[in-house]
Amino acid sequence: MSASGADLLLWVAFPYVCLAVFVVGHVWRYRHDQFGWTTHTSQLLEHRWLRWGSPLFHLGAFMVIAGHVVGLAVPASWTEAAGISENAYHTTAVWAGSVAGLAMVTGLGMLCARRLLTRRIRLGTDRSDKVLFPLLTATVLLGITATAAHNVFGAGYDYRTTVSVWFRGIFVLQPKPEAIAGAPLLFQLHALTACLLFAAWPFTRLVHVWSAPVGYLARPYLVYRRRAEGNTRVLSPTRPAR
Amino acid sequence: MPRGEAAVGRVMAQVAMVMNLDKCIGCHTCSVTCKQTWTNRAGVEYAWFNNVETKPGVGYPRRYEDQEQWKGGWMLDGRGRLVLRSGGRLKRLLSLFSNPDLPAIEDYYEPVTYDYDTLVSAPAGQDIPVARPRSVLTGKPTAITWGANWEDGLGGAPENAGGDPNLTGEWAEKVRFEFEQTFLFHLPRLCEHCLNPACVSACPSGALYKRVEDGIVLVDQDRCRGWRMCVTACPYKKVYVNHATGKAEKCTFCFPRIEAGQPTVCSETCVGRLRYLGLLLYDADRVGEAAATADEQDLLDAQRDVFLDPHDPEVIAAARRSGIPEDWLDAARRSPVYALVSRYRVALPLHPEYRTLPMVWYVPPLSPVLDAVTGAGGNQDDPDHVFAAVTRLRIPLEYLAELFTAGDTEAVAGVLMKLTALRSYMRERTLGEDGDETALQAVGLTPREAEDLHRLLAVAKYADRYVVPAAHKEDAAALGALENRCPVESHGDLPADRAGKANKKVMLGFPALRRTSSGGTE
Repeated sequence: MSASGADLLLWVAFPYVCLAVFVVGHVWRYRHDQFGWTTHTSQLLEHRWLRWGSPLFHLGAFMVIAGHVVGLAVPASWTEAAGISENAYHTTAVWAGSVAGLAMVTGLGMLCARRLLTRRIRLGTDRSDKVLFPLLTATVLLGITATAAHNVFGAGYDYRTTVSVWFRGIFVLQPKPEAIAGAPLLFQLHALTACLLFAAWPFTRLVHVWSAPVGYLARPYLVYRRRAEGNTRVLSPTRPAR
Repeated sequence: MPRGEAAVGRVMAQVAMVMNLDKCIGCHTCSVTCKQTWTNRAGVEYAWFNNVETKPGVGYPRRYEDQEQWKGGWMLDGRGRLVLRSGGRLKRLLSLFSNPDLPAIEDYYEPVTYDYDTLVSAPAGQDIPVARPRSVLTGKPTAITWGANWEDGLGGAPENAGGDPNLTGEWAEKVRFEFEQTFLFHLPRLCEHCLNPACVSACPSGALYKRVEDGIVLVDQDRCRGWRMCVTACPYKKVYVNHATGKAEKCTFCFPRIEAGQPTVCSETCVGRLRYLGLLLYDADRVGEAAATADEQDLLDAQRDVFLDPHDPEVIAAARRSGIPEDWLDAARRSPVYALVSRYRVALPLHPEYRTLPMVWYVPPLSPVLDAVTGAGGNQDDPDHVFAAVTRLRIPLEYLAELFTAGDTEAVAGVLMKLTALRSYMRERTLGEDGDETALQAVGLTPREAEDLHRLLAVAKYADRYVVPAAHKEDAAALGALENRCPVESHGDLPADRAGKANKKVMLGFPALRRTSSGGTE
C-alpha cells in the first residue's frame, strides 16, 4: 500500500515540521526568555475553582501521558511477550484511560470556565493562552471522544496496530504514513491537533512542564549566592531536618 | 559579648535595619516612596514592599500573623527539629497545583485607580465632576472596602482590631472591652531579610536566595517559575505574586542604593528619622542552631548570640579569613544597628517565634505606657511613676511582648525602663541639672553611654543613622548586566531608550498593560 501525496503531507511532513518547531522553539525560548518562563499562576485572583480544577487536570494529565507512552511507544509484541494478553491490555487501557481522561476533561473544563467567567482572569489572559486553551481542549476532547466512540461504546479499535506504528515510525525516522491513513477520523484528528499542540508548546505556559522542581527534594534549604556570580553557589549546607 | 568557649565560625555581614517606633507618626511616606520606586507597575498594584499598619489591628494582608491559618515560618516538630510550618518538601511539591495556604487578593485588597479623566473631560454642568474608583483588576467601577491600612489610627477598631491575632488570652479581652482607654502605635513593615529565611527554603526553583556579601534576600526573576510557595512560607507575608508576570516579587532592600553606600528609599525619605541602617556581623554556622532553640522566649537571646562583636580581635581575624573587606569591618564597628541591637539591647525583633531570625528590628514604643501613666493621673516625667506603670499596666506590655519577644513581658519591660531612665536623665541634663544617675544604674547604663544612646535615638543625625559601606565592585564583574535595569520590570514598562534592547527579548506570554489613561481596560 503506497501513500498518497495528501497522506505524505499530513502524516510525514506536518508532524516533522511540528516537531522541529517544538525543538527549535524550546531552545530559542529558553535562551531568550527566562523571564517569561513561568506557570503564570492566577491563584491570587481566583482560588475556588482552581482548588479542584488544577489538581484534577494535572493528575489526570499525568495518567493520560503515561497511558500514551505505554500505548504508543511500546509495541503490542512487547506487552504480549511480557505475558499481557491483548484482551487484558485493552480492558485495563479503557478503564484507566477513561478515569484519567474524565479527570483531565473535568479539570480542564473547570480551568477554562474560571478563565472565561472570572473577569479578572479573562483580562489577564494573553495571546499565548488564547491559542493554548482551545488547542489543548480540542486535543483532549478529540482523544476522549475517539476512545469513547470506538473502544467504550463501539466495537473496539486496536490503535496499537495502526496509530502506534505510525507514531513510532516518526521517531525511528522510518515514517509509515500508510499505517494511520486508514484509522478512524477521530483518531486522525486527535493526532493532528496533538501535533499542533507540540508546535505551540514552546511559545505557551506549557514550558513550565520542563521546570518541574524535582531537584528541590535534594537541595539544601538555604540558598546563598554571591553578588558577582550568575549561578547558585550553596555555601552553607545548614540543613535543618526535612 | 559573651560567647562562651565556642570558636568563631564563618563570619558573614548583613546590612540590617532598626526602627524606633516611638517616632513613627504613621505618615506613610516610606510606603509611598517605596511604591513609586518599586511597585508602581501592572501586576503589583496591590503589593506594598513597605507598609505601615496600625497596631492593634489586623494588619496587611488580613491576619497575616495568624500562622495557624497561613502556615508561615518555621516550627519545631515533635522531635525538636526545625521544619517549615507549611510542610515538608514532598508535601510542598504535591501542593504545586493548588497551594492551600495562599492568601487571595481579597486578603490584601482590591487595587483601584480613579477616573481622573472625567475631571477634565466631563461636560459643563451644575455638578462638580468626581473621579470615581475603578478596579484595576476588572476595570469596573467598584466600592473601596479595604486597604493596606484600613484601620488607620484605630478607625473601625471596634469591628476590626479584635481580629488582631496578637490579641489572645484573658488580657486581650480587656483590650477589646476598654477601647476608650486604648492605645495605638504604627508599625512600618518591610521584608525582614532573615538569617533563616523561610521563603528561600520553600522555593522549589531555588530562585530566592540570600546574598553572601550583604545578606539581602532577592528573587531571581529569571529563575522564578511561579510556584508561589514563598508567599505561604514567609510569615510576614512580604513576598508577593505579580499577577501580570506570574512571578514572585519582594522588597529588594533597595540593593542598588545599598551597593552605592546609600540608605534604602524608605529610610532616606523617613520624615520621622526613625530608621537606622548598619552592618551586623554574624556567625553563619550558628544560624540553624539558634533558629531551633527549644523555648520560643529564648529565641531573642539566641539570635543576639549569633551576632558578633566587631570590636573583638578574634571576630575581626575570623571576619578577615571569611573575606570581609576592611572598610566593611570599620563600618561594622560604627554600625548604629549593632549599637541598638547588641550594645544597648534596646531593639527587638518582630515575632521571633517565627524562627526565621529576622533582621529588621524595632525599638518598642514607650508611648502606650506613657499614655497610660497620664491616664492614671501620674506624671510621665517621673521615672518612678513610669517604672511603676511598666510593671503594673499589663495591657500594652503584654501586647508589645506578643509582637517582639514571643510573649516575654520581662524583656519588653527591661527595654521600656531603659528608655524611661534615659529620657528622665537626659531631660534633667538638658535642663541644666546634674542628672540622677541612680535610675541609669538601675537599667545598666553609665552617663557616658546614656549620652551616646541619646545622641543615636533622639538627636539621630543622618550620618549616625545610616552607616552603609559601598559594595566592592572589583569582585562583582557580572553586576553590570543587572545595573542597567530594574530587575522586576515587565516589558510594558521599558523606557524608550531601552526599547531597542527590549526588542531582542521574546514578547510572548506577557500581558499587555490593561489600564488605559482613562482607567478603562479594553
